[in-house]
Amino acid sequence: MGLDKSYLDYPERSYGMDHQRYEWSMLHERKKTQWPNNKKIALWVNVGVQFFPLNQQGIPFKVPGGMTKPYPDLRHYSLRDYGNRVGIYRFFKAFDKYKITPTFAINTRLAERIPYLTETIKERGNEILCHGYHMDKLHYGGQNINEEKELVEQAVNGLRELTGQAITGWISPAKNESENTPDILAQNGIDYFCDWVNDEMPYDFKTKNGILTAMPLTTELDDQFIILNNLHSAEDWANQVEDAFQYLLNETTSQGGRILSLNIHPWVLGQPHRIKYLEYILDVLGSHEAVWSTSATEILNAWKNN
Amino acid sequence: MKEDPGYYDYWPYENRPKIKWPNGAKVAFWVAPNIEFYELNPPNNPFRKPWPQPNPALPGYTSRDWGNRVGHKRQMDLLEKYGIRGSISLSTALCDHHPEIIALCKERNWEFFSHGIYNTRYTYGMSESQERDMIKDSIETIYKHTGQKCAGYLAPALSHSENTLDLFAEVGTELFGEEAGFYSCDLFHDDQPTPIHLRSGKRFASIPYSLEMNDTIAYLVQKITPRRYGQELKDNFDRLYAEGAESGTIMCIPTHNYQVANSHRIKAYEKALEYITGHSDVWVATGKEIATYYLDNYYDASLTDINNKKNRYGIR
Repeated sequence: MGLDKSYLDYPERSYGMDHQRYEWSMLHERKKTQWPNNKKIALWVNVGVQFFPLNQQGIPFKVPGGMTKPYPDLRHYSLRDYGNRVGIYRFFKAFDKYKITPTFAINTRLAERIPYLTETIKERGNEILCHGYHMDKLHYGGQNINEEKELVEQAVNGLRELTGQAITGWISPAKNESENTPDILAQNGIDYFCDWVNDEMPYDFKTKNGILTAMPLTTELDDQFIILNNLHSAEDWANQVEDAFQYLLNETTSQGGRILSLNIHPWVLGQPHRIKYLEYILDVLGSHEAVWSTSATEILNAWKNN
Repeated sequence: MKEDPGYYDYWPYENRPKIKWPNGAKVAFWVAPNIEFYELNPPNNPFRKPWPQPNPALPGYTSRDWGNRVGHKRQMDLLEKYGIRGSISLSTALCDHHPEIIALCKERNWEFFSHGIYNTRYTYGMSESQERDMIKDSIETIYKHTGQKCAGYLAPALSHSENTLDLFAEVGTELFGEEAGFYSCDLFHDDQPTPIHLRSGKRFASIPYSLEMNDTIAYLVQKITPRRYGQELKDNFDRLYAEGAESGTIMCIPTHNYQVANSHRIKAYEKALEYITGHSDVWVATGKEIATYYLDNYYDASLTDINNKKNRYGIR
């Protein structure tokens, strides 16, 4: 009886990580980052512009935020669609009013389906990054590598054509990956990706096709995570963002510049009863002298220049 | 399988022998930061899946890695500010992977106790000799890297066998006699220490570790807000402090750096620590200090009281 004896073997038990993708290092021991113009906090407002298909396959799992009821799950389909029809226009107004520079993470299928919205975002001139093909096209361990290569090419090249932008950033749906995803992304001209939420600052990530930068887009302050997963109110979301901001600002006094990343979704905070809490936060942050509101790539470049 | 684990007797929370902590403290207060290593590609265990997604399961793995890269130092600075020495519930493979973290804890004279080797290796399904080997490896690793003789145990990911506490105590004795393997954090049946029955008859105590105040339970299971968590810590303390005037109680905050040290949570945690340590009759201690004090001063009186009540009322 008992488990196979390999269960007590520990082949990766040695210095550093249990894989070769990046170096182990503690944040407080690293060189301090200096942001331009003596700013302390780089604010990265990242907007997920997503398409959740009605005919969800759920392979290998149901994406959080996706359909949960038997087909046709009209309630979840239309409530997500609400964000792209209504909520996002509230976001645009708020960004402009409070002088916030957002970055848009777009599912390529959404850009294909809603040219009006794609054009609107293009005309705004904000950075667009690729959020995969759509929310039900997951990247996952054990996925056929050729199938995944096709998926990445379809998503990245498609978005480049539709937007005219270089598209150098990537977020996988559900921030889930296969063992090959980083290699495939690097092969497709991606410079940075946001799936590894293990740091507060960017770091170098090794792939078979060169170095990617892992950018710290925290899930912890994500509106979907706090409001839909944790079932907190939008006011509680705002409280948590404020507490995080104050803490990070204080940390910069001894440790150099920090990033406050807010991953938000128009189908969550774009609702009429929630939008004022987003506006409140954008007001607080946008008017603070220590805050630098800018795009993901600008933050990445400033970090690289340090 | 048994109806009852058999580790302890029923012992009502009234009319017990009075516990007096050092310097007349009402509450023995300890903080137990879990410093863990979760694997990216853990082997399969037939009784429990490590991650909800196929490996590599990034959402879980990366947030825990954040705890080591970022969170640990933040909580360490906070505990230092309030004069608290951590009692580390340690995935002992971390000594090999991240010795820098071990060094920071050693510099501060923190206690290390065993939390298994990896938090993605479960006890479920292990034979007795496999579990004994795993526990022995963990205690030896702590000694090799820190010079400490491991006093306490919290099973990895709270995965147990029927023999977990017996094996831990026996391996402790085998390696270091009575100096190791004498308290457990695995039982949540009381707010005071209790004697534990072991097949070896070793003097051994359960020290309250509190699943209720555990940040991971609060944030991942109960999903409460940080400010609410801070309030619950204060409420928990207030009641234990008041009752501690009658007989000393224990408050433990078990933490995980990937939860409590997040920038949006740490302020609420700090306020609770400030509140608790701002009271005069609090003994800020480590798990081992509490267990040792209890075994030296109250273990025998507890056993006598339990046996008297058992003899009087019996058990059906």
